This record gives sequence, C-alpha cells and structure tokens, in this order.
Amino acid sequence: MSQEKAAPGGLKRTSSSVAVSESTTGTVVVTPVGRFSLDEAELLAADLHTAARDSQTSGLVVDLSKVSYLDSAAALSIKMFAGDMEQNGRQVTLTGMGGEVQRIMGMVDPRIVEDVSASRLSHPEPVPGTIEGIGEAAVATAGSFKGLMVFTGELIRAVLHSLFHPRDIRWGDVAGNMRGVGVQGFPIVGLISLLVGLIIAFMSSLQLKPLGGDIFVAALVGIAMVKELAPLMTAIIVAGRSGSAFAAEIGTMVVNEEVDALAIMGFDPVRFLVIPRVAAAIIVVPLLTLYADFFGLLGGLLVGMLGLDLTFITYINQTGSNIALSDVATGLVKSVFFAVIVSGIGCYHGMKVTRGAEGVGRATTAAVVSAIFFIVLADSIFAVVLHYL
Amino acid sequence: MQDQEKRDDREVVISVEGMTARLEGNTILEGITFKVFRGEILFIVGRSGSGKTVLMKHMIGQFRPAEGRVLINGVDVHGAEESDWAAVRRRIGVLFQAGGLLGSMTLGDNMALPLEKRSNLPDSLKKSIIRMKLGMVGLADTEHLLPAELSGGMKKRAGLARAMVMDPEILFFDEPSAGLDPVTSVGLDDTIADINQGMGTTMVIVSHELPSIFKIGHRMIMLDGQQKGIIADGDPRFLQGESRDERVVNFLNRRNA
Repeated sequence: MSQEKAAPGGLKRTSSSVAVSESTTGTVVVTPVGRFSLDEAELLAADLHTAARDSQTSGLVVDLSKVSYLDSAAALSIKMFAGDMEQNGRQVTLTGMGGEVQRIMGMVDPRIVEDVSASRLSHPEPVPGTIEGIGEAAVATAGSFKGLMVFTGELIRAVLHSLFHPRDIRWGDVAGNMRGVGVQGFPIVGLISLLVGLIIAFMSSLQLKPLGGDIFVAALVGIAMVKELAPLMTAIIVAGRSGSAFAAEIGTMVVNEEVDALAIMGFDPVRFLVIPRVAAAIIVVPLLTLYADFFGLLGGLLVGMLGLDLTFITYINQTGSNIALSDVATGLVKSVFFAVIVSGIGCYHGMKVTRGAEGVGRATTAAVVSAIFFIVLADSIFAVVLHYL
Repeated sequence: MQDQEKRDDREVVISVEGMTARLEGNTILEGITFKVFRGEILFIVGRSGSGKTVLMKHMIGQFRPAEGRVLINGVDVHGAEESDWAAVRRRIGVLFQAGGLLGSMTLGDNMALPLEKRSNLPDSLKKSIIRMKLGMVGLADTEHLLPAELSGGMKKRAGLARAMVMDPEILFFDEPSAGLDPVTSVGLDDTIADINQGMGTTMVIVSHELPSIFKIGHRMIMLDGQQKGIIADGDPRFLQGESRDERVVNFLNRRNA
C-alpha cells in the first residue's frame, strides 16, 4: 500500500523522495529515500508534516534505512518534526539509522534553535541618547586633545635634543623619508600646481578681459599661488601621500611590537621614528612649495600667452613687479609649519594605533583628515596674523 | 610555597612584590609576589586571559603597576632614575610574540641596533658578534635578509638573536611557540635550553605550551584569571602529579575542568 507523494509546491527533487506506507498493524511508516541535504531539508520537513496530517494514528515511524546521506540541516528538520509531534501528543519513532546517519543525528540538538526568532545575525549597535552622545563625544575629544598635547610635548623635547645632538638623528632614515615625501611627490605636486595656475588664470581672465584688465592676470596668479595656494596645495598633497604613509608605517610597527622592541632596546620611539620623518618633511616641503610656485606661474603663463595675447616678457615682468621676495618667503615659512603639522599628525596617529590592522586603517584616515583640518586652521591664523604684522 | 623557601639561598634576580596590574580600569592581577632566581628557566603559565603577557609587560617596564613594584637586580623597574633603569635594561633581552624585528631593516641592521649605543666598537667586531649570535640560533649567513623574507620560525629565532646580542642576564619570551609548527617549536625550545645552559641566562617565558613547559622548564608559576593571582609555584613535573589544586592539575594534564 505504498504511495509516492508528489513534492509540495510543485518542486522537483532529483536525488530523494519520501514514501509513506501503512503496516499491517496500522502503524504509519514514513521512509525518506536518497540524499537529504540543506537544499532538500525544507521539502523533507513538509513531507513529514503532510504524512503526519494524512494519518490519524497516534504513533508514527520514520524509517531512515533508505537514507544514503543526511546533512545537519536535514537531520535538524527530522528532529524538529519529532519535537513538534511530541508536543501534539503523538509519538515519533526513528528507526533504521545507519552508522553515519546516527552520528549526524546525535550531533544535532533541536533545543538550541527553539527561540530562533530571538537570534540576530547583525551585531547590536548601542544607540546612545542625545545627552549621553554629547557627553561621550566631549570625553573622546578631550582625550584625543590631551593625547595630541602629550605627543606635542614629547616631540618638542625630541626636537630640542636633536638640535643639540644632531649626530643622534638617524640621517639615513631622514634621507629615505626625503625621497618618499619629496622626490616621489614632485610629479603630482607639479601637475596639480600647473592645473591650479591654469584654472586661476583662466577664471580671472574671463572676468578681467571685458574690462581690459588682461595684464592683471599675471599679478593675480602670482600672488595667489606664491602666498596662498602653493603652500596650501602642497601641504594637502603631502598630507594625502605622506601623512597617511607615516601613520600606516608607524601604526604597523606598533602592531608588530616593533615599537615596544625599540623601547626595550633603549631607543626613544619618538626620536627614532618621528624625528627622521618630521625632519625630512621640514627639509622637503618648502622645496616642493617652491616647485609648486614655479608650476603655478607656468600655468598662468600658458593662459596669458595662448589665451590673452600677452608676451612671455610682459607676463614675467608683470609677475616680477607684483611679487616681492617677502611674499615667497611668507609662503615658505608657512610651508615649514605645514610640514610639521602633516608629519607630526601622521606620526601621532600611527603611534596611538591599537587593535591590529583595523586600527592602522583608521589611523591612516584620521591622519589625513586631521592634518588637512589643522593645515587650514593654521593657514587662517597666518592670514589674520600676517595682515596685522 | 615551601619549595621556594628551600631555594632562598639562591641569588634573586627579579623580585615582584605585591604587584597589582590594572588596565583600563579592570584589575588583571592583584597583589602578586614571587621571585626569579639566577639561571633558572621560569614559565609563566595560565589559561588565555589570565594575565600572563600583562605580567611580563609589567616586569619589563612597559606597563606601570597600579600597586607594588618590580625589582630587577635590586633596581625598581618603574621608580628608578632613567640612568639606573637604562643600566638594567642593557642586561635584559625580550623576544616579542611577533619577533619585533624592524621590517625596514635587514637582519644585520636589526641586530646592530642594540650595539649602536656602543659606538666605540670597531665595525668588524660588531659584524662578528652579529654573525656569531645568528649562528647560535641556527641562522648563519642570513644577515642580509629582510624580516619579510623569513618564515615565522626564523623570525622568532632572529628576534632571539637580537635579544641576546648584548649577552643579557635575563631573557623574556612572550609566547615563543605561538604560530609555530611542533617541530620548529621543539627546535626553538632546544635553542632556549642550550643558551640557558651555555650562558647561564635566566629565562622568563610566557607560554601555555605544555610540551615546552615539561621539556625545558625548571619552575613554573600559574596565574588564574578569576583569582587574579598565582595559584601554583613549583616544578611543573612535581605539580602535575602532586598539586592539590584542581585547576593546576587539570591544566597540566590537559583536562577541561
């Protein structure tokens, strides 16, 4: 009296089926045949429940002797089915379990998934209240400000030591960092400055040409580049290229316990790691800034000669008579401050890395963002101070 | 602790006195006291999270104890003048878990670091010392390699070679076998035992590797995370059979309590 049940929902199964039969004693026997894995688990559960619904007897036998393979998901379906039945006062007997099936059935405990609705796969993010949030942010800000101040103090101490003991500076490392910050930074600094010079010249020529003020483009580009934009753009590029690199390099060294090893060998990590980077930046960033000045003026010159019919000599003369040496010097002084900010902040974020590779990534981002912020802040202070000087 | 009293005629090199360790407000260790004697291989053992590495980092001056003190050769590690501590520091070497080699330098340059403060040494002598120490750990002719070119086991050996460049009196190891295959690990144990025998170096080793503890350990102290202190102090082979503390016996016999 065996009958094949069609799979519910019209789903086709290829490697398995469930047969239901009734024995002479009136017991309903459900016999799953074939392979049952995660893909068939749902179908298997549905078939078992259908068989149970169709029969009226209180006892039900599930014969597993024809099962060639059972994975944990399918085993769980069977166990959960048995549990459901028992709750409804019906008895389920599992028979014919081969060695392998028995082993996997023994591994599965349906109790653990009882309240599956309460389980969440996402990590719960605590949402602080507004006041709590403000408080936490304030504490965090105060903490990082304190950290930055302590680091600045250590840096100043190390700088003073290095000034009086220049032989203690690791000049080899300084040279290596000069190459990283400077030599390899030349192409991008040159390109960006050229484009910025072009843009300023072009945009200002649009305004000045109708008024017949073509000639002032040279002065405008010159002053804007030399006093403001070349130091600023250079510092931002160096922050992106080298400030981040400093944070990542030093952060990785912290994670690998290289910094601890240095300290135990008697080296001051600030003197060993930070000073060469800061020194390299102080030497190279002003040079990069001069280079940016040159390319910015070149960009202006191109627009002047090609778009405004100015001659090479006129443009250069105009630029020369409007820019004083002190303007170039102002830009260079600013660039030294920017160099200290970018390299110092990069190293600071590297030094305070905790918690492995993830921390290095965060430090890199923080180094660039806060360096750019402090560059712009310092530039604003310069603007005000220089105005009143 | 009777054991310890019997040995009190031996010379004490490290003395931890009533030390409490606190990290970010959590008390990790509370009021622990023990001594390390000259020439012994002492294992600091315990289950994960029991504060083994924290204890070691306090002993080498990386962390400052919340209470109590650590003396190395009679000098207070955390309270001493910088010059006194610098003198002590020259007599200790540390092998960090990851090796702690500077990735931007060759092995030779890494090993030259501790010698850098001795600028009066002729270059040829420095080179000979470096070659000798690399040879001792089985890494002859590798001084031109970068750490990235070494396997995990070689990095540990190189870190050990650097730690012993200055012939330290005391060597600290943070989980020397972590991440090593069993064969490499045995090789490192042998090297540690050889150095201890040959040079009389006192060894303080943080580890939970039972084979290493039984093979080369003279003594062990066991930390417990719940008690925040030392629950056993003695010869590991003796404790394995005779300790009355279930936690100690279970740990040493690899049983899950």
